[in-house]
Amino acid sequence: MTMANNRIPSGPNTPGSQQTPTQQGIKIFIQRDYSEGTSVKFQTRFPPELEDRIDRQSFEYTMERLNEHFEMAENADCSTYCEGCLACLTAYFIYICTETHYEKHLRKVSKFIATQNERVYNPRGVHITDPILRGLRVIEITVIDLPNCQSPTGNSTNTQMRHT
Amino acid sequence: MASRRVTRKWEVFAGRNRFWCDGRLMTAPQPGVFALTLALICGTCALHFAFDCPYLATRVSAAVPAVGAALFVFTLSALLRTALSDPGIIPRAAPAEAAALEAGGAAPDGGGGAGRPPPRAREVLVRGRPVKLKYCFTCKMFRPPRASHCSLCDNCVDRFDHHCPWVGNCVGKRNYRYFYTFVVSLSFLAVFVFACAVSHLALEARGAGLAAALRRAPASALVAAVCFLSVWSVLGLAGFHTYLASTDQTTNEDIKGSFSTRRGVSNPNPYSRGNACANCWHVLCGPLAPSLIDRRGVFTIDVRDELPPTFVRALGAAPPAAAAAAAAATAAEAAVAVAQPTHAFALRDGRAGGSYTNLFEAEPAAARHAYMNRSLDLDPVPLHEVRIVPPATPAGGGSGGGGGLSASRLRLLHDTTMIDAALDLDEPELPPLPAAPPHVVVAL
Repeated sequence: MTMANNRIPSGPNTPGSQQTPTQQGIKIFIQRDYSEGTSVKFQTRFPPELEDRIDRQSFEYTMERLNEHFEMAENADCSTYCEGCLACLTAYFIYICTETHYEKHLRKVSKFIATQNERVYNPRGVHITDPILRGLRVIEITVIDLPNCQSPTGNSTNTQMRHT
Repeated sequence: MASRRVTRKWEVFAGRNRFWCDGRLMTAPQPGVFALTLALICGTCALHFAFDCPYLATRVSAAVPAVGAALFVFTLSALLRTALSDPGIIPRAAPAEAAALEAGGAAPDGGGGAGRPPPRAREVLVRGRPVKLKYCFTCKMFRPPRASHCSLCDNCVDRFDHHCPWVGNCVGKRNYRYFYTFVVSLSFLAVFVFACAVSHLALEARGAGLAAALRRAPASALVAAVCFLSVWSVLGLAGFHTYLASTDQTTNEDIKGSFSTRRGVSNPNPYSRGNACANCWHVLCGPLAPSLIDRRGVFTIDVRDELPPTFVRALGAAPPAAAAAAAAATAAEAAVAVAQPTHAFALRDGRAGGSYTNLFEAEPAAARHAYMNRSLDLDPVPLHEVRIVPPATPAGGGSGGGGGLSASRLRLLHDTTMIDAALDLDEPELPPLPAAPPHVVVAL
């Protein structure tokens, strides 16, 4: 219904827990929103696990843009119908050589997620997995403690991370 | 082992589908009946082109072979598309997601405690109508609305229509339009070929009599007989699917009576767009959903490859995890053999005793292996035969589930449409299987 979260104990007092294979940081799963049918749409509720890392507006912006992208991909306007019709008339041979409307939008989604990750999420120890890798069923968000992550109250996004 | 050649995702695919041409094509596990369909269509058309066409081209019109060839190519192309493409398989949940569901996070409304396993169904509102999402124990996820688990292919398929042995594949969201095109064009083709064969015989019989005509054109008689026998079921199927497409239903939903009026309460289809034309357009020409299983993608054992490098470094301590995963993959056969029965017993105990505390104890290992290992496929094969082959079993499952599915209804559909139903019959309540081996439970 809403997001499911999995808190794997991680923190200053569990240093050895990274040894287990399941230790991947905290995983948050944003589920699909089926209220308007089976077209791809994700819930936009802000997961409380992200509270001290990401501000609400940027998260909601990401989710809303993502939903817009999927809406455009599934939007059945005249050109999509023409594409479908043409494919049918050519006995679907056209699909061998062209990319569908949906696939074009999926590439845009991947690009959007990558940009958002790079600019907003990754510097704060949060990573959003491209939903196509999870079958467009959930959005997996990984939260880890980066060694020199920004302070929770920090607003600047251009602090570079150093790795030794 | 990956140093010589990359491992593609179809090679480790968890379902039971068979892949061809390095993952470009896929079919159901037993595509034998599909070969029969192909042989029937090609054989009949070969006879038609060899015997009827030359005669009719000279006596009637040169358009006859042209129309026949166009219809034949169209039908064959639609058939191959249906049979060899991804029907809309929903990939199984990744280990992390399965673990998150088990951890009890799935019950946010019920305020479930941390130790509780997920509920086996949840309810969502789709355009104001309550729809039950069932938990799939094989795929470790809540099935999206309209999705169903195909017991033959062992996958959840989106907008599952039915498993069609004639085309050797499931029919689902992605290939329904191909299937519909196939059925409609096949009915045209069958009628056309039948008409040609009959007119050939009629022209030969003029003056000489029917017996002489049969002697002179035995191939036409054979073609006419084959077409006459098959055209009824094909036409019926085309009509049935036209009805389904215009109401945006699936065969599965129609048989279960998902949207039929029950006890005087109307239960309209929430997925319908209101009018028949819009439904047809959307189902047959709407945007084509992408394949979600990425058959030709390169498989990597370490899920952390998806994370940015900074994350991987920060997670540190990578070697133990990676080594464990690699070891698990190589020793997968053994591991699964061990994990599977444990899982089965845990599941059965949970069901029998009403206490679900140990439901998922063996799960992390099992989930992990189910995801990356196809040796799991070998295990449940016999029990599917047990469940599917006797016709009494589906009926029992249906009545046990309390749905609108009855044996007579199923038989009616089978008789009218020739779909040998490997229809999805898994209801939330399993039919009672007291004496069944524990593996049966796992199969669902």
